[in-house]
Amino acid sequence: MNEKLFNIKVLVNGIARNAQVPARLSLVDFLRDELRLTGTHVGCEHGICGACSILLDDEPVRSCLMFAVQADGHRVTTVEGLANPDGSLSVLQDSFCHTHALQCGYCTPGMLIAAQALLNAVPQPSEAQIRDAISGNLCRCTGYQQIVEAVQHAAARLANKT
Amino acid sequence: MKAAPFDYVRATSVAEACALLQESGDEVKLIAGGQSLTPMMAMRMVRPARLVDINEIVALKQITIDDAHARTGACTRQCVAARDDTLATRVPLLRQALAWVGHSQTRNRGTLGGSLVHADPAAELPLVATVLNAGLALRSASGTRTLNATEFFLGPLTTAIGAEECLEEIHWPLWTERRTGSAFTEVSRRHGDFAIIAGCAQIALDDKQRCTRVAFGLGGGGSIPMAFPQFSARLIGTRLEHDVVQSVAHDAAIALDPGGDLHASAPYRKHLAAVLAAQVLREAYAEAQTHS
Repeated sequence: MNEKLFNIKVLVNGIARNAQVPARLSLVDFLRDELRLTGTHVGCEHGICGACSILLDDEPVRSCLMFAVQADGHRVTTVEGLANPDGSLSVLQDSFCHTHALQCGYCTPGMLIAAQALLNAVPQPSEAQIRDAISGNLCRCTGYQQIVEAVQHAAARLANKT
Repeated sequence: MKAAPFDYVRATSVAEACALLQESGDEVKLIAGGQSLTPMMAMRMVRPARLVDINEIVALKQITIDDAHARTGACTRQCVAARDDTLATRVPLLRQALAWVGHSQTRNRGTLGGSLVHADPAAELPLVATVLNAGLALRSASGTRTLNATEFFLGPLTTAIGAEECLEEIHWPLWTERRTGSAFTEVSRRHGDFAIIAGCAQIALDDKQRCTRVAFGLGGGGSIPMAFPQFSARLIGTRLEHDVVQSVAHDAAIALDPGGDLHASAPYRKHLAAVLAAQVLREAYAEAQTHS
């Protein structure tokens, strides 16, 4: 079947990406299958698990609940865009390692996006704010405690840096 | 789970969206935040032939306040409404309810109008709209009309909106009494889930702490959110004494017709409804007392 294709231009991790997509292609499938940015994970595909979280114009959203064609003209940041320019881990990513905030790692990209969005908006979040920020992301390994600790650790490190 | 093929148009104005609706009729769906529609498409519970995207229409994202109403464009994002301090002051139930709606990722995309048009019987915003009896301004290619929330919600995921109509604006009535308090609460399995039962109330007092205006309602207890003006009327002139609150909350719970499922049995939902109705009434009253 020949599906109608739509021209889109999306700024992904600072790079302008032009593509032709069918309307029904989800944004997460576009990122993973077309752009080969496989850091963003596909979990439930219906907006429950949060594994596919990305930043759309700097706000965390679920990329399984958007079609790629809707992102035309917008900015997207995936987990690949969180690392430092030289490819080394960001403070938040390194803090996840430091506190053992991941086991299987499936939820981690979504957790990092949700936590980074929180730290961007609230540099010194309370534990309640951290738990609220990651409440839309399911983790079946850690029990969340180490993830909360990682975000607290990152906030403390970022505060000391400045 | 992938959506079935569909055609896509990004509308640049409400007039254009209405023209596209008139042209394509039943085969077309408007998409706003898509936080309910997209999963339903992924599960192929709905298969529109064409989506008309109204996300980029700036006119649908305005928040204005006049003498009687706060007017929010239908495509106002839930996160934007929750952050708006003026809206929180004039229609406090909105921010109170939005704290229970989904998670940051869904509120960043989900819209006020989308939640109302989706009309989940356990959703928070339809309950607030029902309790305040908000006005829903609808537009089609052939004209406009405004329905009250009590006329708008007809059943689970069913509203009075026509196939060719677009929800354009929601008119939230302002309560201008100085001593006004409001409260929203719910019980759900996990925070952010749809409520097992949700309750909200708004109360205005005179300078002798007597109720001059009361509105309250319950969600999740039937096919649509329910407001109870007949029971609210019994609270007028009272200082919300224990017996009258218990009696009104009990009667409201009796009036519900909740289903039972894995999460909660029907009798439990009724019990919860009476508890939460009394709780929000007392909280709203207590908050009203703080405004001297």
